Amino acid sequence: MAVFGGRRRDDNPALPPGQYLTESFPVLSAGPTPSINTEDWEFFIHTEAGQTHRWTWDQFIALPSEDISVDIHCVTSWSKLGTGWRGVSLDTLFAEVETGFDFVMAHSYGGYTTNLPLGELLNGRAWMAYEYDGDELDPEHGGPARLLVPHLYFWKSAKWVRGLVMQSEDNPGFWEENGYNLHGDPWREERYA
Amino acid sequence: MTSRAIGWLTGNLARAHPLTASARSITFTVPGWPGNDAGQHVDVRLTAPDGYQAVRSYSIASTGTGEEIELAIDRLPDGEVSPFLVDDLELGDTVELRGPLGGWFVWRPEQTQPVQLIAGGSGVVPFIAMTRAHASAGSSVPMQLLYSLRTPDDALFRDELSQPSATARTTWHYTRTVPSGWSHSAGRLTADDLRNETLPPEQVPLTYICGPTGFVETVSHALTSLGHAADNIRTERFGGT
Repeated sequence: MAVFGGRRRDDNPALPPGQYLTESFPVLSAGPTPSINTEDWEFFIHTEAGQTHRWTWDQFIALPSEDISVDIHCVTSWSKLGTGWRGVSLDTLFAEVETGFDFVMAHSYGGYTTNLPLGELLNGRAWMAYEYDGDELDPEHGGPARLLVPHLYFWKSAKWVRGLVMQSEDNPGFWEENGYNLHGDPWREERYA
Repeated sequence: MTSRAIGWLTGNLARAHPLTASARSITFTVPGWPGNDAGQHVDVRLTAPDGYQAVRSYSIASTGTGEEIELAIDRLPDGEVSPFLVDDLELGDTVELRGPLGGWFVWRPEQTQPVQLIAGGSGVVPFIAMTRAHASAGSSVPMQLLYSLRTPDDALFRDELSQPSATARTTWHYTRTVPSGWSHSAGRLTADDLRNETLPPEQVPLTYICGPTGFVETVSHALTSLGHAADNIRTERFGGT
């Protein structure tokens, strides 16, 4: 019988169950990388009252931003610790938004969607990131701007995001309709439906 | 919040054979396996004597119902799990398996759109499952494969893909070394190659691309430039270790 030795012994307490460390930055996408010109880019938040808050790229970039250092965890089992981003807190973007709905559907250029509870996007837990490691965000990693929700599996950090639509129920997004968990907490290993 | 977890099953290595110098086909008997669609993958979990565990996700080369699944593993030089599966695992050994996983990068026999498959290296594995599903379903939908690989020696499943009875035609493309007498010189796939060797946009094919990230980026970008709608291109990438 062959005996598996393994060699990484990733017993780092920052590593959720079933995850291993990677130094690279793998890419997971369902289709081609969309090409998005920041001159055409816009971001919106749409509420149940029919109100739409909009930002052009210049307006978005002018918002207060912060440096973010976080661990990220992909459902395919890799984790990357201490990644460095720059972005705008969702608290800033939601500051003027009035809604009674508790859930959000994020929509991306290219048609991708993912569902999130609003409460998990607020209080300093989520950002719209536009820089990675000191450089503008590469298109294949979601540029010009992506969601960054590092406390959930990384498919929730939608690439090429263009808007958030408030929803009353936690309706599933793209991967969630294709077998992935509705919530996606890596510490509870909420990988699959 | 529901978080029903798919459970781990035990897979017993029933058959194995080398595919190339670095790749191996391994077939497990998995009691309780529910069957899988072509293109789905499975998590493989290995446990060391001290309890340390490692999990990796692999595409499944087999398809359909039944309690056997075939994987085709390419040994990553710096990998932790793949060298064990390729070099060490013996007949009768067990691993844990979780799946089938993924509902997007799949082909189902009831699909009616023409299908173009484009593989880079070991990205061919889900397409082996798709060509098998196509053949066993007797599908009349056009399906063809463009298989880009470094050298002729790197081909996985060459005999199967080259069989006269294969219902999906395979076009071979070599990036480093071509067979003697080959009409095309070695080199990366170009937009011209893709125009000449894949189903054209006028046929509105559904195109699946699987390979390393750089390959998938290049090919998918070229296809959209040729006029294929992004909605008709599905991608799966592998990277990291």
